[in-house]
Amino acid sequence: MLQYNKYDSNTIGADSMNELWELFWVFAKIGVMTFGGGYAMLPMMQRELVENRGWITDEELLDYFAIAQCTPGVIAVNTATFVGQKRRGVAGGIIATLGVIFPSLVIICALAGLINRFDNLAVVQNAFAGIRACVCVLIFNAICKLWKGSVKNLLGFIIFLTVAVASYFLDISPAVFVLIAAIIGAVPEFIRTRKDIRASQGARADASGRTHADKQEPGKKGGNEQ
Amino acid sequence: MILLRLFWEFFKTGLFAVGGGLATLPFLSRMGATTGWFTQTQLTDMIAVSESTPGPLGENMATYVGFTIAGIPGAIAATLGLTTPSIIVILLIAAFLRNFQDNHYVKAIFACLRPTSTGLIAAAGLSVAVMTFLPGDVDVAKVGLAAAINWKAVLLAAILLVLTRVVKQTKKLHPIVWILISAVVGIVFDFAKA
Repeated sequence: MLQYNKYDSNTIGADSMNELWELFWVFAKIGVMTFGGGYAMLPMMQRELVENRGWITDEELLDYFAIAQCTPGVIAVNTATFVGQKRRGVAGGIIATLGVIFPSLVIICALAGLINRFDNLAVVQNAFAGIRACVCVLIFNAICKLWKGSVKNLLGFIIFLTVAVASYFLDISPAVFVLIAAIIGAVPEFIRTRKDIRASQGARADASGRTHADKQEPGKKGGNEQ
Repeated sequence: MILLRLFWEFFKTGLFAVGGGLATLPFLSRMGATTGWFTQTQLTDMIAVSESTPGPLGENMATYVGFTIAGIPGAIAATLGLTTPSIIVILLIAAFLRNFQDNHYVKAIFACLRPTSTGLIAAAGLSVAVMTFLPGDVDVAKVGLAAAINWKAVLLAAILLVLTRVVKQTKKLHPIVWILISAVVGIVFDFAKA
């Protein structure tokens, strides 16, 4: 907050442009150095954002990661938006995010161009036929890792199994499953909260009633109930 | 028009794919089926390319699909489409909900969303596996199951499974190592001819 003000107080166009450019550049660097995304980029972000620049603290970084996991989208992108927003508002958030996706945009376009041009060669076809077997194993390993963090009790297991089977055999959009799951999670919590509020209101009314009665007529406790 | 359509399809994916990385896989799998933009086989190849290049997996997949459909403008449209929902959501959270992740509704919803996301990925992964180990161009009823199975791929996957999950010395190696090895194995043993 203090640093943000410092930048704000001597806001000159060029200064602000410089920091936007630095946001873009730092996140492009983070984007190009990380393979696979997700938690793989945590150490890299720690060095660039916390240690080298002091833009955020370790706690903030971990918070951003936690939030990124409860919001749609890619973790790296979400973290970039957060840090950029903190430094330079909405424009900063957008610029930092463009930075983190820029390198992969360039690299993938180049690779896709190459692959699409040569994909009728026997060598390329054989290579990808081998790679496909590997991708199955990588997906399986990723699911095992996700399993640990997501299926923690019987309800979790039932949800996992139902969604996996239904989604495999039925022609339903994944978005429908996501929406239903959100409702299944929210409704019991809503009912529980309502019940808690009512219970605490009841308890308060009960308690205030009793103290009231105690103060007024300590001798006639039984009379209240009649 | 195709650019708007790309943006919109990936916008939807970005809005609903929760949990990062492979969470986009089930959405892309359906996108391929409903739009005809790419086959399951191409999707599997895209995963391999995305895993072997820097940058977030979801973004790489969007760029690859967009580029394949409509060149560089397509790549930009698809990538921005995937990214826009999360930019909006994060900017809103940053402005209004500082303790978003500690909110009890968010916690309750995500307790259900996480196994859902894993279930969706498992179903999509199963489709990829079936397509890889039981190629669609072979008629199972005619030649029998044993002849229809791509045994070369099964054997390679079994070896990789042991190397990535059991053997201590090789467990921690980066996926790109296994992808490169598999490419070489595929070339040496003519994997395209099952």
